[in-house]
Amino acid sequence: MKITATLNEGFHANSHTPSDENLIPLKLTWEPGPVVAKDVIYPKPKMEKYAFSPDPLSVVSGSFDITTKFALAPGAASGMSVLTGKLRYQACSDRACFPPKTVEIKLPVNIQ
Amino acid sequence: MLNRVSKAIPVVAAAALLGWAACNTHRVHTDSGKNASGRKMAPDFALKDVDGRTVHLSDYRGKVVVLDFWATWCGPCRLEIPWFTQFEQQKKNRGFAVLGVSMDDDGWPVVKPFLKDLKVNYRVMLGDDHTADMYGGIEALPTTFIIDRDGRIAATHVGLAGKEEFEDAIENLLASGGSGAAPITSSPSPVAPTHGL
Repeated sequence: MKITATLNEGFHANSHTPSDENLIPLKLTWEPGPVVAKDVIYPKPKMEKYAFSPDPLSVVSGSFDITTKFALAPGAASGMSVLTGKLRYQACSDRACFPPKTVEIKLPVNIQ
Repeated sequence: MLNRVSKAIPVVAAAALLGWAACNTHRVHTDSGKNASGRKMAPDFALKDVDGRTVHLSDYRGKVVVLDFWATWCGPCRLEIPWFTQFEQQKKNRGFAVLGVSMDDDGWPVVKPFLKDLKVNYRVMLGDDHTADMYGGIEALPTTFIIDRDGRIAATHVGLAGKEEFEDAIENLLASGGSGAAPITSSPSPVAPTHGL
């Protein structure tokens, strides 16, 4: 399952592997349900240089995809259900940063 | 077949728009040229520093103050903080002080090591939503207020500003003196920062 996210032009978010321990990583998590997330595949980070940092930073920008591989949970019952995911990110421009934010994702699934 | 996830699940399940669409991330508002009485009063606050002592902005009446809202995860803030440390060192005996307000949700466990790492020599407090609201919401970091000796806001910088820009504004305010209502000699002397590090 692939999520496509878009940052407005002029903004970037830290990648899932930020360059500095103080920076907040991009992170997608899923609540337990009839399927469980086995692997989350993040976009390949870009190393970009900004005026506020002496070193390039590991970031994502523009539109990017995050893919989750799911597996059936043991004993999952058949029928419709809704998975809930949370995408946490922290964005900056080249001059300012914004508080970390979490976007909730609702995904309908049908176990047959 | 039972227990198989339906193929009806869309491949692209969601699209999230993550940016701050209309936010100009470098705004400067200055009232430094105005008569001091034409400037807005900086709201007073009561915040705890790293040693658990309560800091009021009003404790610094009579001094020129740089009030910096920042966070450990903010790269532009990290660039400015050494400038403020230098200003504190060079100007503290001339009626000047820097106050930092950290907006980190994780509090002192992340802020303390950061202050130690950057050798911050000025007082830092943990911010809260109430204080941020009093100062207009603080949507972007860094947001820095330059406050005159009478406790009025002479300039506001949202986003990274220039070191010289700060220094010029501070020196102008130091040179201009206050209204006389609160001379430096009668101002309370804030407790020297130790950060408890």
